[in-house]
Amino acid sequence: MTLIKLFWSFFQIGLFSIGGGMAAMPLIQNQVVNLHQWLTLTEFTDLITIAEMTPGPIAINSATFVGIRIAGIPGAIIATIGCILPSCAIVSLLAWLYFKYKELTLVQGILSGLRPTIVALIASAGLSIFILAVWGEGGFSMNPQAINLVSVLLFSSALFILRKWKPNPIFVMLGSGIIGGAIYLII
Amino acid sequence: MENKKHIYRKLFACTFYLSAFTFGGGFVIVPLMKKKFVDDLKWIEENEMLNLAAIAQSSPGAVAVNAAILLGHRIAGISGALVTISGTVLPPLITLSVISLFYAAFRDNIVVNAILKGMQAGVAAVIADVVLNLGSNVLKEKDMVSAIIMAGAFIATFFLKINVIYIILACGCIGAAKILIQMKKTQKDGEAQ
Repeated sequence: MTLIKLFWSFFQIGLFSIGGGMAAMPLIQNQVVNLHQWLTLTEFTDLITIAEMTPGPIAINSATFVGIRIAGIPGAIIATIGCILPSCAIVSLLAWLYFKYKELTLVQGILSGLRPTIVALIASAGLSIFILAVWGEGGFSMNPQAINLVSVLLFSSALFILRKWKPNPIFVMLGSGIIGGAIYLII
Repeated sequence: MENKKHIYRKLFACTFYLSAFTFGGGFVIVPLMKKKFVDDLKWIEENEMLNLAAIAQSSPGAVAVNAAILLGHRIAGISGALVTISGTVLPPLITLSVISLFYAAFRDNIVVNAILKGMQAGVAAVIADVVLNLGSNVLKEKDMVSAIIMAGAFIATFFLKINVIYIILACGCIGAAKILIQMKKTQKDGEAQ
């Protein structure tokens, strides 16, 4: 019974969280904290912190976290499946439509409007992370003392290396994590 | 057959490690996928990657999972999609299972925090690199409408914090309107001659 409830809750979260990322957060809170009391609000806040610190989409992270607390590993798996099932169905439908009609002039027009939009969305996500890395939780400020110089240095050298030698980005991220981590621990 | 197995293995490995290193979720994975599948493997074209990203963003659910489904489907059909879904879902499933067991210790660990803080700068640099490539390609088209859409969408999402769904809908309509106006124009020119 618990497994069915878990599945159904996360199925709804997966179905209604359009736009991804933080858009899913209020939905998760409603299901997990308000409706079913699976987590307290403090535990939920911890969950968001962990979800932001670890890789992976926030909805999948929550499904695993809540599922494992309520019903162990099977709970985690059931909740995760519930969460991705609506995406699978709807995305497959859209993909089918896309591959069938992508040669149509009108669809071409729509897509030509969407491509620059996606570039803008990526730029916006990148700028948010840049601000978080350089100014921290407080956000952008004109005060030069609020700037994290280590981050600025890591960012500029990483970008220089990426532009110049085009290495695998995973190594750049890991490298800046290890070098940055070492610097932060020393100073 | 051997070749197909090779593609599945490669798909799984790529999505698994992209997902394992995608901090912050959402759109961060799109530039990484673009680097891997467009630049390195050359399995799909840049424009197609952006089309798939637009579909992933407009569908419900996690953008990373949606994009993985679309990529897998495009490259190796339904079974390809199943492979990329498992590749994308397993890393967070494993990480979170381990962390939820002792999350208080993890949250307060100084070393973990220092490394994560250092990685932020690296992630920002990777995204900046991809944005520079994609943005200059859009500008190279010398199409005013595309350039205006790009600038407008950036302002709308970053400064005005407008819901991404409305931005996508609006820009799709602008693209459609542009094509319809062009078609009308060529039709008229044809009649005039």
